[in-house]
Amino acid sequence: MIDINNISKWYGQFQVLKDCSTKINKGEVVVVCGPSGSGKSTLIKCVNGLEPFQQGDVVVNGVSVGDPKTNLPKLRSHVGMVFQHFELFPHMTITDNLVIGQTRVLGRSREEAQERGVKLLDRVGLISQAAKFPGQLSGGQQQRVAIARALAMDPICMLFDEPTSALDPEMINEVLDVMVELATEGMTMMVVTHEMGFARKVAHRVIFMDQGSIVEDATKDEFFGTPRSERAQLFLSKILSH
Amino acid sequence: MMLNLDFAFLTGEVLSGYVVKGFIFSIQLTLVAMLGGIILGTLLALMRLSGKPWLVMPAAAYVNTMRSIPLVMVILWFFLLIPLVTGRPLGAEMSAIITFTLFEAAYYSEIMRAGIQSVSRGQVSAGYAIGMTYSQTMRIVVLPQAFRNMLPVLLTQTIILFQDTSLVYAIGAYDMLKGFEIVGKNFNRPVETYLVAALIYFIISFSLSYLVKRLQTRISIIR
Repeated sequence: MIDINNISKWYGQFQVLKDCSTKINKGEVVVVCGPSGSGKSTLIKCVNGLEPFQQGDVVVNGVSVGDPKTNLPKLRSHVGMVFQHFELFPHMTITDNLVIGQTRVLGRSREEAQERGVKLLDRVGLISQAAKFPGQLSGGQQQRVAIARALAMDPICMLFDEPTSALDPEMINEVLDVMVELATEGMTMMVVTHEMGFARKVAHRVIFMDQGSIVEDATKDEFFGTPRSERAQLFLSKILSH
Repeated sequence: MMLNLDFAFLTGEVLSGYVVKGFIFSIQLTLVAMLGGIILGTLLALMRLSGKPWLVMPAAAYVNTMRSIPLVMVILWFFLLIPLVTGRPLGAEMSAIITFTLFEAAYYSEIMRAGIQSVSRGQVSAGYAIGMTYSQTMRIVVLPQAFRNMLPVLLTQTIILFQDTSLVYAIGAYDMLKGFEIVGKNFNRPVETYLVAALIYFIISFSLSYLVKRLQTRISIIR
């Protein structure tokens, strides 16, 4: 489903990604973790071409992201993405946030889009908020709407870029619950997160990044059992101890 | 010195005969230049933010040139040059409308540029991420927010524009001031007519800026 082949990326002189390769199969849930500045967010943004890269290639569902001839908007329309800061459109109601992509990008009718939107809002438990604006919702609620917005496009896979990092602690679980449900339904997911509880519960594989490189790419059991790299062991001991 | 003011000659008949026609043109000029200026200014702002040198440079040159020349000279030059280029005169009113649109576009573009930059990068990414093209992201996500953030400033600029319309006296276009001027000459009462003209400009501009202030608190997006 997602093939990341030897990609490297530089910001000027500074190399943020160093020859990263991995593969995510259909239905697989892969958690990407690592210290801040390790390049994990950059890596996930390369998957749908939000960040350009200089070397290597990413192939999503047979389509090359790096190829200049690729229709990126079309590719992105079926790759869902959830951001750290939600990024709902603040000038639109919750319903319109869910409808706009369906009508303007997928060409669905307003009725059809609204029906789909309502269904997804119900699914994330926010049907009563449909007429409100994003600013009237809590962070956790906004993030659930953001997940619904991505799902409204009927994505073939979902990318999560630190979806709970900007949330107050008591709101993290409501978002993780939605993600766990998605994972158990068989959605292909790439998740940048520090939530190791989530990784333990639903991840198939865990990727550990440090200083722009993929240091560890292991099955969940291997990773939480005995990470091979010292760096990953240190990281794990730090975030699991509190 | 005694100011022997006498406003008795300014009857409704006189006003509707000379001033109303000019007043309507002043408003027309303001509205058309605002609308055209904002549209053109938004395009210029998008060009300047495009990051493509062949778009950035002409837009920057245009904006900086317009902002460095006094408006009254642009009005004069445009009025004098157009007949030389096209071979036939355009008429003072039409010339004024085009000049003001082109000139104000430079100022509106700076406002829109700031407005576009006030919308976070993440919003652009979010537009792209659901499959919107650059143009869709701008039209659906960025510009509506930029416009709303900048509405008070855009309207304030429009009030300045309204005051500046009086500069069309340079080419003899028939605006509100011109109407008062003619009345003043006809009745030999220039002081009174200019006083009333100033009062009307003041009342309109002052009440508009009051409304802008009220609006400012009401329209800000809930975040």
